[in-house]
Amino acid sequence: MSEARNYLTEDNSIRSWLLTTDHKRVAILYFIAITVFFFIGGAAAALIRLELLTPQGDLVTSDTYNRLFSMHGIIMVWFFLIPSIPSTLGNFIVPLMIGARDLAFPRLNLTSWYLFIAGGLTTLYAIFVGGVDTGWTFYTPFSTIYSNSHVVLAVTGVFIAGFSSILTGLNFIVTIHRLRAPGLTWYRLPLFLWSLYATSVILVLATPVLAITLLLVALDRAFGIGIFDPSRGGDPLLFQHLFWFYSHPAVYIMILPGMGVVSELIACYSRKAIFGYKFVAWSAIAIAGVGFFVWGHHMFVSGQSAFAGLVFSFMSFIVAVPSAIKVFNWTATMHKGWISYDAPMLYALGFIGLFTVGGLSGLFLACLAYDVYVTDTYFVVAHFHYIMVGGMVTAYFGGLHYWWPKITGRLYPEYWARAAAILIFFGFNMTFFPQFILGVLGMPRRYHTYPPEFQIWHVMSSTGASILAVAYALPLFYLGWSLFFGQRASANPWQTTGLEWQTPSPPPTHNFETPPEVKRKPYDFTTKGKARAQNA
Amino acid sequence: MPEARPARQFVDLRQQHDVARLGMWVFIATEVLFFGGLILAYCVYRSGYPAEFAEAARHTKIVIGTANTAILLTSSFLVAWAVEAARLRESRFAALLLWTAALLGVVFLSLKGAEYAMEYHERLLPGLDFSFASPQAHAVHLFFSFYIVATGLHAVHVAVGIAVLVAVGIRAHQRAYLEAYHSPITVAGLYWHFVDLVWIFLFALIYLPGRSG
Repeated sequence: MSEARNYLTEDNSIRSWLLTTDHKRVAILYFIAITVFFFIGGAAAALIRLELLTPQGDLVTSDTYNRLFSMHGIIMVWFFLIPSIPSTLGNFIVPLMIGARDLAFPRLNLTSWYLFIAGGLTTLYAIFVGGVDTGWTFYTPFSTIYSNSHVVLAVTGVFIAGFSSILTGLNFIVTIHRLRAPGLTWYRLPLFLWSLYATSVILVLATPVLAITLLLVALDRAFGIGIFDPSRGGDPLLFQHLFWFYSHPAVYIMILPGMGVVSELIACYSRKAIFGYKFVAWSAIAIAGVGFFVWGHHMFVSGQSAFAGLVFSFMSFIVAVPSAIKVFNWTATMHKGWISYDAPMLYALGFIGLFTVGGLSGLFLACLAYDVYVTDTYFVVAHFHYIMVGGMVTAYFGGLHYWWPKITGRLYPEYWARAAAILIFFGFNMTFFPQFILGVLGMPRRYHTYPPEFQIWHVMSSTGASILAVAYALPLFYLGWSLFFGQRASANPWQTTGLEWQTPSPPPTHNFETPPEVKRKPYDFTTKGKARAQNA
Repeated sequence: MPEARPARQFVDLRQQHDVARLGMWVFIATEVLFFGGLILAYCVYRSGYPAEFAEAARHTKIVIGTANTAILLTSSFLVAWAVEAARLRESRFAALLLWTAALLGVVFLSLKGAEYAMEYHERLLPGLDFSFASPQAHAVHLFFSFYIVATGLHAVHVAVGIAVLVAVGIRAHQRAYLEAYHSPITVAGLYWHFVDLVWIFLFALIYLPGRSG
């Protein structure tokens, strides 16, 4: 194994890392940051699940409980899920996948990391000085007038982090448009790139609306400008419209990259081209587009007009179609494929199962009459965790394992990785499936006490959460171990397609010795052979 | 004259130029949605309180607003001219045009500041000092909340634009741009035109209601 200079060994001073404009190093910086946030958000979740073991509020006060779930939501949504796949795996892989030297705007890329850190520190400071109790949704007029917590600080943190999202999205859009290697046409792009492109469009078009909305909330609270204050003629519902105009598409920011990763994994470990490539590609764009017109399904009980409810319900059913296309096409890809159950594939299969449950339960919620019944119950909590955690986090782990040899130059221990993948799947289902039942039984979300008859389901959920906690912590250990003791990886340990596998692992700072040229469709496994030499 | 080289991630200067322009267009798309959200909220309230918003709009300083519109439009013209000048290798002249445009931006901000001061004395600025003797005071308050947020955010964009124009002007003066590569001027120009365009919308929405008939 050659000890050639690569992006990790080039210059290892702290200064060179903090001032780097190399997309691969920026990806590592993001990776470290979001891992920290993941465990902070996870700690809040752990406390929530501990509290809910018993019907009485015995661990924390109601007020603390409110701050815990708010912190959990804010950290997990804006400081883990939104940047997770795009800013780490995307940052690392996009230029490699299109055969480019770097992203279009390398300095902007580093800037976006600093903005992310600034936003994160502001939010952490808000938590440190007492936290915020509005939930991650910052609903007015509670957030603007009544809440006795650090709304302005928390909102400022999210506002700043939003610009980091926008800059990342901008960078990806321009990079994918302009820096593709010769011969790499749009229909030769790996599906990961189609997904990230769709994600970036949402990042660029939805995030600014959140920015202006949160700015108005902060100004309303700090200076009483009254835009969302009913006592001054303002309309609190307008806040919900603006907030969900961002936050529903944000759900697609959180799932589309996961779908992109899963497309890569399914193709690689089935040794087949993705069935209906163009449909899967365009379904990502369709999700991004239609996703902008479904926000009202968060407001079915808000008092919006029956007509609006009807339209939003219809659109919400429509947006499920492209997601279903993806699921069917992944399954069809596996049909008669040469499937191997490596850890990334286990994550991908877990994703398909969990995402399908999340998606189908979403159809329940898109249904006007049923939604009235389960609004603001644990049914909703279970639904979006199936999408965001069962879907996105699982895909993130799958992608992390898949590209780990490329990123670090080391192979992860397969046995432990499979164990973690299976444990995550079971722990996750045990945590969140009981919450569907709780929701149907009528348990509202965001309460820290509950009638004793619900206890069995809560205990089950908390037990599952402890399994999940162990499963999420496992990779930290074995991946950490592999950094030092893992087997060295070849350039293409999975014998798969894609330009990122044509350069050494880890890649040199300049990515490719000779600029690659693309002559084939993606996922062309005919030259790779069916059988894959194990860890060749 | 030194030969311009593309940055390391580009194949050639043409690609770099395309990337810079596309980047600014995407950024402008973000900005459109940023101001768009605000303008949407404004329109919702204006349709809810049409008479009150017309009444409030009559208290804006139409003369200053109109003068500022003319000033920004002129500056935009100068910037467009500067792009052409740079393309024709008249770098010094381009610099002069950019700086003049920046100066007009400063005049715009000064007038805006004077306008804020007058409104402050008339107790029209929500959050600072607001008092309006009318049963519709709450809707007038809303109008001026939008007024100050929208024009304030726009002023921040103008200030950023001034800094960009001055900086690009300095580079142009040093003859850093060539026929083959002048994207910083093009891109700065795009941004400045956008800032100008936002103002045209704000002018129509804020100053003009309730003025006719």
